[in-house]
Amino acid sequence: MLGYLFKRLLYTLPIALGVTLVSFTLVYLAPGDPLNAIAPADAPADVIEALKVAYGLDRPMPVRYGLWLVRAVQGDLGASISTGRAVASEVMAAVSNTLVLASVAAAAGVLIGCVLGALAGYNAGSWLDRLASALSVVGVSIPHYWLGLVLTIVFSVKLGWLPAMGAGPGGSGEWLWDGEHLRYLLLPAATLSVIPMGIITRTVRALVADTVNQEFVVALRARGLSRVAVFQHVARNAAPTVLAVTGLQVGYLMGGSILVETVFAWPGTGFLLNTAIFQRDIPLLQGTILVLCMFFVALNLLVDILQPLVDPRMGRA
Amino acid sequence: MFSVIKRLRFSLLAAPLALALSSTPHAETVVRYGISMADIPLTTGQPDRGAGAYQFTGHTIYDPLIAWEANIGTRPGKLVPGLATEWKVDPKDNKVWRFTLRKGVKFHDGSDFNADAVVWNLDKVLNDKSPQFDAKQSAQVRPRIPSIASFKKIDDYTVEVTTKNVDALFPYQLPWFLIGSPAQWDKLGRDWAKVATQPSGTGPFKLDKLVPRERADLVKNAAYWDKARLAKTDRIVLVPIPDAVTRANALLNGQVDIIETPPPDVIPQLTAQKFKIVQNVTPHVWPYHFSTQPGSPWTDIRVRKAVNLAVDREAIVKLLGGQAVAAKGQLDKSSPWFGKPSFDLKYDLPAARALMAQAGFTKANPLKAKIIIAQGGTGQMLSLPMNEFIQQSLAEIDIQVEFEVVELENLYLHWRSGAKADMNAGKGITAINLGYVTADPFYALTRFAAAKYIAPNGVNWGGYDNPKVNEAIDKIGATFDTKEQDKLLTFVHEQMVNDALMLWVVHDTNPHAMSPKVKQFVQAQHWFQDLTTIGM
Repeated sequence: MLGYLFKRLLYTLPIALGVTLVSFTLVYLAPGDPLNAIAPADAPADVIEALKVAYGLDRPMPVRYGLWLVRAVQGDLGASISTGRAVASEVMAAVSNTLVLASVAAAAGVLIGCVLGALAGYNAGSWLDRLASALSVVGVSIPHYWLGLVLTIVFSVKLGWLPAMGAGPGGSGEWLWDGEHLRYLLLPAATLSVIPMGIITRTVRALVADTVNQEFVVALRARGLSRVAVFQHVARNAAPTVLAVTGLQVGYLMGGSILVETVFAWPGTGFLLNTAIFQRDIPLLQGTILVLCMFFVALNLLVDILQPLVDPRMGRA
Repeated sequence: MFSVIKRLRFSLLAAPLALALSSTPHAETVVRYGISMADIPLTTGQPDRGAGAYQFTGHTIYDPLIAWEANIGTRPGKLVPGLATEWKVDPKDNKVWRFTLRKGVKFHDGSDFNADAVVWNLDKVLNDKSPQFDAKQSAQVRPRIPSIASFKKIDDYTVEVTTKNVDALFPYQLPWFLIGSPAQWDKLGRDWAKVATQPSGTGPFKLDKLVPRERADLVKNAAYWDKARLAKTDRIVLVPIPDAVTRANALLNGQVDIIETPPPDVIPQLTAQKFKIVQNVTPHVWPYHFSTQPGSPWTDIRVRKAVNLAVDREAIVKLLGGQAVAAKGQLDKSSPWFGKPSFDLKYDLPAARALMAQAGFTKANPLKAKIIIAQGGTGQMLSLPMNEFIQQSLAEIDIQVEFEVVELENLYLHWRSGAKADMNAGKGITAINLGYVTADPFYALTRFAAAKYIAPNGVNWGGYDNPKVNEAIDKIGATFDTKEQDKLLTFVHEQMVNDALMLWVVHDTNPHAMSPKVKQFVQAQHWFQDLTTIGM
């Protein structure tokens, strides 16, 4: 097990280095000028040139990458061109807001997805299966932003039950897990949970339907095991794949949904990315992408560690 | 008898209650304002995010030396004294301007406003060797005060500024330059990041709270020096909501009390629910700016005039839910510099077709043009639907328009580079669609009309070069008689329209939607708005 863990950790190093390279260089491929984040649209050429020097944008790309990497390793992601605020603190504040949203959305999505998927898989071909499958297709296909807008119109504008936007009455800096704040969370979390719910329903349904027809399940039933005991065996067989899919989905949610966070003005990573993209705020964009990618790498590592615990065969392989 | 006792009992109970209520401290009035930006503009002194940001963290927290009259909506505003009570050009040397500063003004931190503060602020943005120099603030304001060559303190309340050339329009540059407190910067360890959260100006509001991307609380400065501009609301909470539909939903839901630019299709719902829509003529124009470089199809004035006659502007206004005014030129007709151009911008398809035929274009031989546009963004209004409307309109007069659609930030790059640049001419781009601010003579007219500002030296994008106009613009710079100046500016505008320098489509009216709770708001005919006029 230790060897497995060491190998997985070792794999993450080149991945992390690759992530830094991609997140640094990719943003320069987009057309536009990073100095648009700071200079007025009609800034004359001399002002633009002076700014290029002031922000080190006149240096060759490899030099810029090297300097950025050295600082990034020390936790310094530079300062936003647009606001001058430290990128690291900007990103971490946004990550914590997205974490609030993503954790609730993921919990709802995974829970509902597993229940629906298991019910559908166990009752393959029945009306329950068809209903769950239909719901999962809707979940996967429905455009996020559209659903968000519809939910807002119904529950905020028409019924007036829930707030239409924002992350709490006093802003995200004063977030509390109380009823008043949860009201702000309900609509964006419900909107965001729909895709993982759909994907996990489909995955679990397929795995359960496949597993219940395997010989060992027939043998378990023949031995007279209760439905619950049989289900435990089925669930354990399905768990590694569900875990992998869940890890990916949580990773996506942590990346924040640009559209959902914009529709609900939720100050998370998606909202931050949106601002950075439209402002061509390159340091902010690079920092946000890097942190999100590292989250993804860490989540995958976590899944890799958890999988052999759930299914010891994977550790031996 | 019973009823008398009952009434007496009620009076005895009601009297102390009424007394208690009348002695209750005045409840704070709060207006929550949903703004269309994704973040709160810079609070350190010179706001970023364009002219529209000055109303939020510019002219609220700070004051300029010369201000723009923004608390009037029935006519265009004018320059008015700000922190300078008087400004005069030296009759012997027209490059030298003397400013007499207002006495008795204090910054929010209690320090005095004086000539040292003005010089310190000029150094902050123009002198990169000064310790207080801030590249971000400098980048915002340096392009807006291009005439300043040098400056010095004469005495505690007099400052002298020398311009690079004789420039009679120089005072128009100064509403953009705002004065912050040197003492506050010192107190906060000379750290601009700290100043951003605790700024100190002399303005009618103080910043009480800043949560980046979420809210900024501006509280009334009861000790403001201009008693006529004391804020009518105790606290204004700015809430960035970049998505227009979300903004409208937040208003309908009661989370905010006033919003910028409601989406046109939500306006009927808003008005049906007694929300007020306020709009006014705004110095903005939505045009196609033509290239007049060799090889461009727009070098022929007949073609430029034809396109101006081929667009039904009133239909576009309808498309925008009435939130625009059909353009009659670069400026709105109410502008003092509109004049009487001989070319009337109207919808006249037969005349447009005749001009195209004269220019040699027919159905069999259509004119083909590539125009660069943005998919949306600040000042671009409903970019794609409007452009598609024009594309169809121009097809009616045998012009086949192909769009190069880019993001607004990328469009700026194409704009700054000029029509001649390889990124434009090299790709066959011969016109650009970009919403223009037309707030003052430089922004409205001279930067587009003078040959000395042909890109990349300025934003005369297409290379317009009319000797008569150039001569008039040179004269404007040297004319200190405002009546004569107005006459020359009028001439420039008339020439621009007569030469059909652009296809002018509509002027934005900068609409706001307000909850019935908001009783007062004066919308100025400018991008600078005065938030002190908002009252419950």
